[in-house]
Amino acid sequence: MKNEEVPQQAAKAFLGHSKALYAQDATGHYGIVPSAGWEAEEIVLDQAIAEYDLAAAEALERARRGQGSALEVHMWRRRMDVLLLAQSSGFFQWQVRRHLRPGALEALPLSKQQRYAEALGLSLDALVRLPQEA
Amino acid sequence: MPDIEIPFDHRQTAHCESGVMSSLLRHQGLQISEPMTFGVSAALTFAYIPFVKFGGMPLFAYRMPPKAVIKGLSKRLGIKMHYETYGRPDEGMAALDRHLEAGRVVGLQTSVYWLSYFPPDMRFHFNAHNLVVYGKRGGNYLISDPVIDVRVECDAESLKKARFVRGALAPKGLLYYPESVPAQPDYAGAIRKAIRYNTGMMLHTPLPIIGVWGIRTVARKIRGLKAAKAKHNRLFLGHLVRMQEEIGTGGAGFRFLYASFLQEAAAILGQPVLTDIAAQLTAAGDEWRRFALSAAKMCKDRMAMDTDQLADQLLECAKLEEAVYRRLRAEIKPS
Repeated sequence: MKNEEVPQQAAKAFLGHSKALYAQDATGHYGIVPSAGWEAEEIVLDQAIAEYDLAAAEALERARRGQGSALEVHMWRRRMDVLLLAQSSGFFQWQVRRHLRPGALEALPLSKQQRYAEALGLSLDALVRLPQEA
Repeated sequence: MPDIEIPFDHRQTAHCESGVMSSLLRHQGLQISEPMTFGVSAALTFAYIPFVKFGGMPLFAYRMPPKAVIKGLSKRLGIKMHYETYGRPDEGMAALDRHLEAGRVVGLQTSVYWLSYFPPDMRFHFNAHNLVVYGKRGGNYLISDPVIDVRVECDAESLKKARFVRGALAPKGLLYYPESVPAQPDYAGAIRKAIRYNTGMMLHTPLPIIGVWGIRTVARKIRGLKAAKAKHNRLFLGHLVRMQEEIGTGGAGFRFLYASFLQEAAAILGQPVLTDIAAQLTAAGDEWRRFALSAAKMCKDRMAMDTDQLADQLLECAKLEEAVYRRLRAEIKPS
């Protein structure tokens, strides 16, 4: 990649920051050139974020109908899935799946709720409360 | 605790681990570039690990697993590293403060997601992000994060969370710094060993998911994607491109970074032919970038989905890279 080929398509995710890419100057010598963003990266990053946002919105919808739980909404909002939530809370995946059912979290002893609260970086209050929006 | 700011030269680099190592070593008086750090640690790779899942997708790696740079570099250059991990978060934070009070800058392993200074859209659960702490002001830590263009600060609570997340690659508060650094490391010897090791892994690992063979396997997998599963295919390709290009690759899954290393190595070894090989690797990197752009556009329907084209592009990458590694092995004989 030549210096002038380093993409400068200001990515909104960077919030004005840039990232360092290695590119070649006119003599072919490599050095760091800041890049403001690249179309390809922005597409796939947006795609990944949209997946979590969609899952959170669907979970919120289910929870409002009484078929889902606040825990599931929090999980997607924190960009986690069942595997990741299990790893970061120390529960097994089958336990997490069970705790995602309506009412299951509230029935847990506080010490176990605390493990979820910590993994998700939430207070105990916020953990059981359904967020207003996904 | 009073405010502390240890003079530290912040430079943005392409990759967090090689960036932290090169800046920690520079801080200790050893002038070493990021590409040299990356090359001597033999950190370049390709791996497709279908049984390790990230967000339900298989793992694609373009560099060796976390800590490989630190370990490979210190082994080949004879640097003695000091490592500390902690069972209790408060202990780990107190130890960090003690190091700063003693005037020592340290590297930390952290989770990107909980670092408050990261732009929100860039925050994902990756637990092996490396950064340097060089001071503390008020309750905030002064941080030189190698993938961020400016110096940043992080509040103590967030940093504690980032250092002590649980799960895959859990950092357990890992803190490290070079304990002793040789004044005149044997670069030539280290470079030769690293290139032999790295090219051997890329060419001769007897597993179809590692190295050049791994790239061909992924090409075959892409060719076999079923048109009926359009949504899955988009997610799969998007994931692949993210692993290749997202924060800290230097472009084209580290291929440009390694080409830069080969240019430096050419001068140190007195073998100008390595510059020529660097140009070949650049061509492979450019092909990776074209692949990423096509794949991303196909994910977004800006181009018609054509898995055969993508597979052919990957096979081209594999072919170009294979030629690079074979030529390197012909030029760099075991000593």
